[in-house]
Amino acid sequence: MPSGRARWTDERVEQWIGMLLRWGVMLSAAVASLGALVYVARYGGSHVSYATFHRVPPGLDSVGGVLRGALALRSRWVMQLGLLLLIATPVARVALSLVSFALQRDRTYMVMTALVLALLLFGLVGPGF
Amino acid sequence: MTIGAMMLLEALGAVAAGLLGALTGLGGGIVIVPMLTLLFHVDIRYAIGASLVSVIATSSGAAAAYVREGYTNVRVGMLLEVATTSGAILGAIVAGYVSTSVVAVIFGGVLLFSAWRGARPIAEHVTSDPPDRLATRLRLNGTYPSLQGERAYTVRHVPGGLALMAVAGGISGLLGIGSGVVKVLAMDQAMGLPFKVSTTTSNFMIGVTAAASAGVYLHRGYIDPALAFPVMIGVLAGALLGARLLTGARTATLRKVFTVVLVLIAVEMLYKGLTGGI
Repeated sequence: MPSGRARWTDERVEQWIGMLLRWGVMLSAAVASLGALVYVARYGGSHVSYATFHRVPPGLDSVGGVLRGALALRSRWVMQLGLLLLIATPVARVALSLVSFALQRDRTYMVMTALVLALLLFGLVGPGF
Repeated sequence: MTIGAMMLLEALGAVAAGLLGALTGLGGGIVIVPMLTLLFHVDIRYAIGASLVSVIATSSGAAAAYVREGYTNVRVGMLLEVATTSGAILGAIVAGYVSTSVVAVIFGGVLLFSAWRGARPIAEHVTSDPPDRLATRLRLNGTYPSLQGERAYTVRHVPGGLALMAVAGGISGLLGIGSGVVKVLAMDQAMGLPFKVSTTTSNFMIGVTAAASAGVYLHRGYIDPALAFPVMIGVLAGALLGARLLTGARTATLRKVFTVVLVLIAVEMLYKGLTGGI
């Protein structure tokens, strides 16, 4: 019987990382596609130009705003939620690595991974610049 | 143009970019921003936002397969990600304070560099040097599957590799590309990792690097889903198709063609940037 800690070998964790990445991409593509279908059905005929830059509408530019809009089933926000899930996929991968290094009692790599995770979260929910 | 037509055309262009990127091994991300700005006349800020998202998708999709095949050195990736994510956040912050013309000129330079690197033949080198003490302490040395079974390799020049990786991260954050070319340069040339390990580990890190700057870009309102989604899904489809076709494809000629394409768009980006067209 493998003990609890023996299950967290490098090879095992690599298999899980592979699975996490695969499912993360598939889930985000599915969510964004659903939003896109409704969005195109509703607004596909209206005209648009991206030649001049003016920020995206408020609510599309923060994690909280995207979640609220998607919960209200606004199609453009559901699309953005899919993209947000995609951005969150590597973040989840780093979090999984952190857990595995912690269970392997690997101090050096725990510190490194925690630093990367902190930087990622800072970028995602930080103050913005 | 109507939203529906625009989304369809962008998705088709992105399929071509993803396909070429996968077949040539140079990545599709580098042509997304020029395609959107030069062909679709999209503001470069929206283009960078869309490109970053597509880079995360292709990196994660491909990494899922490579990690399980045992080529990726997860420890090397984790160590170097400290440098790439720091660089990426810094690059994304800097991007908010420089003019779009400057971004376009730097982009042109990076395209030329990629073309030059891409034109060189891939040489597999075997490291016979004694392992680096720091690399051994960090347990970076590893093995990878080859036709003769598992082959061991050692890692050297860790500080130099970290410095190059910070630069790669900065370029990625500033331009919204994966900057795999610089990442492979750092691992393959500086740190002496086998080429296949370098490319797969680079790909593994690209998603995390891009996610770091994507957060900053989201807050700055650069990521418009109506633009980023068709690009993301198109590049992903193209890359998956390219990976299928890769076995048996004559990629040498394709690489030459792609190199010429890179030089041409580099010249156009430089020209537009220098004349204030972007």
